[in-house]
Amino acid sequence: MTKGIALYLHVHQPYRVRPYSVFDIGNTHDYFGVKDDSKLNNEKMFYKVAEKSYWPMVSLLQSLLERNPGFKLSLSISGDFIDQAEEWASDLLEAFKRLVATGRVEIVGETYYHSLAFFYNRQEFEAQVALHRKRIQEVFDYTPTAFRNTELAYNDDLAKWADHTGYHAVLAEGWDKVLDWRSPNYVYKPTGTENIKLLTKNYKLSDDIAFRFSDQAWNEWPLSTGKYVDWLESADGQLVNLFMDFETFGEHQWAETGIFSFIENLVDTWSNRENHVFYTVTGAAAELEASGELSMPDTVTWADSERDLSAWNGNAMQKEALKYLYDLQNDVLRSFDDDLIRDWRLLQSSDHFYYMATKWLRDGDVHTYFSPYDSPYDSFISYMNAIRDVRLRVMAHNKGLLSTQNHSEAE
Amino acid sequence: MLGWELPPYNSGGLGVACYHMSKALAVQGATIDFVLPYKASHADIDFMTIHGASSLPPESKVHLGSYDSEYVTELDLDNVDAGSLNTMRAVQKHYIKFVEKLVKKVQPDVIHAHDWLTMEAGVRAKALTGAPLVVHVHATEFDRSGERYGNPIVHEIEQQALLMADRIIAVSNITKAIIVKEYGIPEQNVEVVHNALDVDSFAPYTYDTRNYEYFEALKREGYLVVALITRFTVQKGLTHFVRAAAKACEKYDKFVFILAGDGEQRDELISLAASLGIADKVYFTGFVRGKQWRDVYTIADVFVMSSVSEPFGLTALEAAHHNSALIISKQSGVGEVLNNILRYDYWDTDRLADQLAAIALSPSLATMLKQGVHDEYANLSWKDVAQKCISLYSRVHEGIAA
Repeated sequence: MTKGIALYLHVHQPYRVRPYSVFDIGNTHDYFGVKDDSKLNNEKMFYKVAEKSYWPMVSLLQSLLERNPGFKLSLSISGDFIDQAEEWASDLLEAFKRLVATGRVEIVGETYYHSLAFFYNRQEFEAQVALHRKRIQEVFDYTPTAFRNTELAYNDDLAKWADHTGYHAVLAEGWDKVLDWRSPNYVYKPTGTENIKLLTKNYKLSDDIAFRFSDQAWNEWPLSTGKYVDWLESADGQLVNLFMDFETFGEHQWAETGIFSFIENLVDTWSNRENHVFYTVTGAAAELEASGELSMPDTVTWADSERDLSAWNGNAMQKEALKYLYDLQNDVLRSFDDDLIRDWRLLQSSDHFYYMATKWLRDGDVHTYFSPYDSPYDSFISYMNAIRDVRLRVMAHNKGLLSTQNHSEAE
Repeated sequence: MLGWELPPYNSGGLGVACYHMSKALAVQGATIDFVLPYKASHADIDFMTIHGASSLPPESKVHLGSYDSEYVTELDLDNVDAGSLNTMRAVQKHYIKFVEKLVKKVQPDVIHAHDWLTMEAGVRAKALTGAPLVVHVHATEFDRSGERYGNPIVHEIEQQALLMADRIIAVSNITKAIIVKEYGIPEQNVEVVHNALDVDSFAPYTYDTRNYEYFEALKREGYLVVALITRFTVQKGLTHFVRAAAKACEKYDKFVFILAGDGEQRDELISLAASLGIADKVYFTGFVRGKQWRDVYTIADVFVMSSVSEPFGLTALEAAHHNSALIISKQSGVGEVLNNILRYDYWDTDRLADQLAAIALSPSLATMLKQGVHDEYANLSWKDVAQKCISLYSRVHEGIAA
């Protein structure tokens, strides 16, 4: 029987909001550019992650693709990342293009701005998916046929939308509470859809790499490729879906942990075994039959032990910020001011809301929450001030609009 | 235990901390002889033996000036007349003589001395008995003098005792850093034991709206009440605060600032507020006690600790208990034990103004800060403090024995 792996890596860097104070409102519209040594300096952060993760991992993947003709994988690359790479490391973007040019790297569709717009404004969501699609076509000459929503946030409605839009595959977390007795290692048909297939993340085997790999307190540490391949071999089902951040390699798990040689050995070993294959996510959807129907009426994400949206919209600050953000939609879009629209969209990135999460303040579980801010309150203050400046710009446009109307009426 | 004050005859946090720590230590089984510089009954204290080192009444001016280290002019106690009891050094000399006599009668297992006030007595007791000396630092002369250097004589007293101590307890990492940097004490000699808050000491209490009826009315009109309860000295960074308050008013006009307390800087602060054009928004209540003091916490939406150098800052925990949102300078030790607060550098008036405006403009921020800190402050307990002290006592004791 054939054994398969679908490796899917998510590539993203947010535009973090700089310390933007109440005194900046109305004076500067630069919400994202800080030139200091802090973790809020987006350019510096990009270089850091590029050096530790993007460059070594892209090079490794390139050579793995060259020497293993059966190796395939899928990537999702956010618009925010592409914009940053284009500005600060265009050679890195070229290296990603070479990966895609092998024909064995699929690019998965998503929202351009890494947003949660699906849950707040469907029209804005669709606009961002279209923008992303266009950008991917321009940069990579590639048209996505599979879809992943930001933070893998998924429910039946998303599946219906993706099916209706013509995608062949959609991705979700393989959360026990939803799967119940089922295994994540099968392809499913989402409830209420016609053609699309659902791939669910095997979070245990994925997190062994993404979270536990360097954890010396873990009883399986250190994780050798041999041991891990044994676990893959003993997995049931049609395939194992290994979904994780691209930055797992080199950034979340540093090079010193041996993560690069681990993934290298894994790909080589798997490629050299008989009847062992790699799938892209669309490839898996095409080649494998759906083993049954799966329904997720409630939204499931890949974060926290709750696996819901509460890391982004669970507290009062997050709710307030989201409300003010999406309340501005009509006014912002009506302005036809490209800079304003882009800033408003950059402020939709889910990362901003994640930084406002206060759950870990209670749990003391700081390590699971990466934040460049000193506290969630600091991130909220800067964010809300930026939103107020957007509102001021909207008001300026509205006044302008009003005075032209009055003017034409007078004529 | 060598202390300088206990409630209700205290002029600040030192007495409060000594009281709760001793009580918690007694619960853990410690037998405590507590020495005070004055004579008072303290009828409510039955968990330890209290010794009054002099016949001074507890309201004595000298005693209540316990934080006024700047008036000390004599290092060598041989040159001090202990008979008169009208200067700090005279009272200290008297205190030391009393301790000398006491340790001849009662051999201590450990000597625990609090701050520069009792450090010399601690050193003397150690010399006489051979018992290990633990010096507990609630504040150094650097903290008391704000942005100025402080009294070199008091520095000298602190320096000598810190060098003689078998173990030093600092009430925060900030204080530990000062002890290491300014007094040249090896880092491993200093242990950080943060203070706590005794929630039970607040009950029963009902908020009396009549005390601050005017502020209640303003709150109903949408005003945000910002309060500070402190001594008006340079240590507290209040001029920076008033400047930040004026800046915040540029962005939100419904602010009320209550400065509760008194001190040498009062007139300076009043004229500063006037020159910045916010005199009508800044209220000076004078020194408040009892219900009026609690009510300030209750009426406050936001409590600010603006200290230039604050070893701990117990008042912040009292404010947390009364449901205020907290903004605390990064130079205040209490910030080390709280997550749900806003922090700023005491000199960064722009940042403080931004934080004040942010709370005024976002209802959710105010709510979450209040709720968050109220949920977490209660985890700090004097029982933990006592357990840390006892573990430290047994370690120094073994160290000496070996």
